[in-house]
Amino acid sequence: MPIELLYPVIVVGSVGLFFGVGLAIASKKLQVYVNPRIAQILGLLPGANCGACGYPGCSGFAKAVAEGKTEASGSVCVPGGSKIAHAIADILGITADAVEPMMAVVHCNGGSDKALERSRYEGITDCHAAILIGNGSKICQDGCLGLGSCVRVCPFNAIHVTKEGVAVVDADKCTGCGKCVKVCPRKIISLIPKVHKIFLACSNHDRGAKVKKYCSVGCTACSLCVKATPSGAIIMENNLPVLDYAKEENFIPAAYKCPSRCFTDLVKTRSKANIDTKCNGCTACVAVCPVPGVISGEKDQRHVIDKDKCIGCGICLNACPLHAISMWGVGPLVKTTAGKR
Amino acid sequence: MMNPISLIEISIGAIFINNFVLSRFLGLCPFFGVSKKVSSAAGMGMAVIFVMTIASSFSWVIFNYILHPYHIEYLRTIVFILVIAGLVQLVEMALQKYSPTLYESLGIFLPLITTNCAVLGVAIINTDLNQTTGSPYTFIESLLNGIMSGVGFSLALLLMAGIREKTEFSPVPKALEGLPIAFITAGLMALAFLGFSGLNFFPAVGG
Repeated sequence: MPIELLYPVIVVGSVGLFFGVGLAIASKKLQVYVNPRIAQILGLLPGANCGACGYPGCSGFAKAVAEGKTEASGSVCVPGGSKIAHAIADILGITADAVEPMMAVVHCNGGSDKALERSRYEGITDCHAAILIGNGSKICQDGCLGLGSCVRVCPFNAIHVTKEGVAVVDADKCTGCGKCVKVCPRKIISLIPKVHKIFLACSNHDRGAKVKKYCSVGCTACSLCVKATPSGAIIMENNLPVLDYAKEENFIPAAYKCPSRCFTDLVKTRSKANIDTKCNGCTACVAVCPVPGVISGEKDQRHVIDKDKCIGCGICLNACPLHAISMWGVGPLVKTTAGKR
Repeated sequence: MMNPISLIEISIGAIFINNFVLSRFLGLCPFFGVSKKVSSAAGMGMAVIFVMTIASSFSWVIFNYILHPYHIEYLRTIVFILVIAGLVQLVEMALQKYSPTLYESLGIFLPLITTNCAVLGVAIINTDLNQTTGSPYTFIESLLNGIMSGVGFSLALLLMAGIREKTEFSPVPKALEGLPIAFITAGLMALAFLGFSGLNFFPAVGG
């Protein structure tokens, strides 16, 4: 057998062997120690690279956490939430704080069917671009432009623009990363605690008479919501109510009282109050109920609640001295007091 | 063959006339994959220049001192792939150890292009018989061809990234959004680069 036949085998084999051995030696000699926790933590993170933590993507955050540069508590990774925070804490051998799950809400409900336009915008479909040309096409200078800058920036596909041209956040998909809050040129998106479900869907600072002319769901600054919230969790600031979620207030009466329907309640059906046989007719519940005519009955007789009219705010629960009132129904029970999470 | 004119000719040829992406249609995968942002396109371009330079020099040595003497030139494809892949791995490790900053900026792109057809292409072309001179490139010419092919690739990539950043904000028809419009753009760019094919700076040298 001519030796030439073996040349290819020998050459390719020896080149391969040379590189194989060379790489094996090099991988040992040139080894760089990489903290194995980085890979572990990275595996836990949502992987959306949303940047809510302030680091360029999840790998940057994982590295910072593993090196102890940032709080490992996980309140930094909003999309991950408490679950991931605890998992990371387990890896690092520390304890994590609980994180309040947040969600983004758009403070505007003025679609093309409700809010009047003064011009037609035909430029680039981008809110920032529209702002530059006469501050948008709506008469309302604080309304949602509906061009979807927030939709494009959302890493979780949780925002869409309705056919009326208003951005709406999907509460189930939203993780509260806050990217849309940053990108919105109108600054009408904010984060609220997920448990609350009620928010003001208007950002207009104009006076009432003016607002009524161009938006049927605009806040007229009537302050009825402020009066319906005795704890002071709503204050009027520059013709617009400001909701203080930290005070853990029940905003259902405020939403009910609003004549312009500016509040959005993400809960479609709330549980209704029901009075049982313990009732002695003290009328304490009638005094606190924000809706007139819901609770009826003679004094010293058992009272009845009209289920169709009850808004499910649950204020009467705490007012009843005999604890005769309970919430019935399919909707989620309302939160009335602080600290119960 | 070491006259400066031939070196300039090789450079112009590699960057414009025989641009890897737009004339030879090699390395189209990174051309579309990494051309969404100018910054990442620049990183990829640098990595390609780097790898092409290394690949063309080493493959030239392997070809001329191992494959050619044993008359097994037909094995060059498989040997080049082996050599380039192994070499890039080695360089990647060395970078990670000795120059973490360079590794951070090139790191993610390096493994992507180890077996890229453009990188293999430059090695093959270097060892092919040159059409203009009738003989294969010398070592210096191979090295220059490698660098300049990388520069040509980076140029095409950067141009493409610049255009794609603009088309992001253009009213592109719905059906053409994303890759389709990029393909059309690439086709038009290739047509434009076709104009360089008549370029002949030094007719006296031939070519």
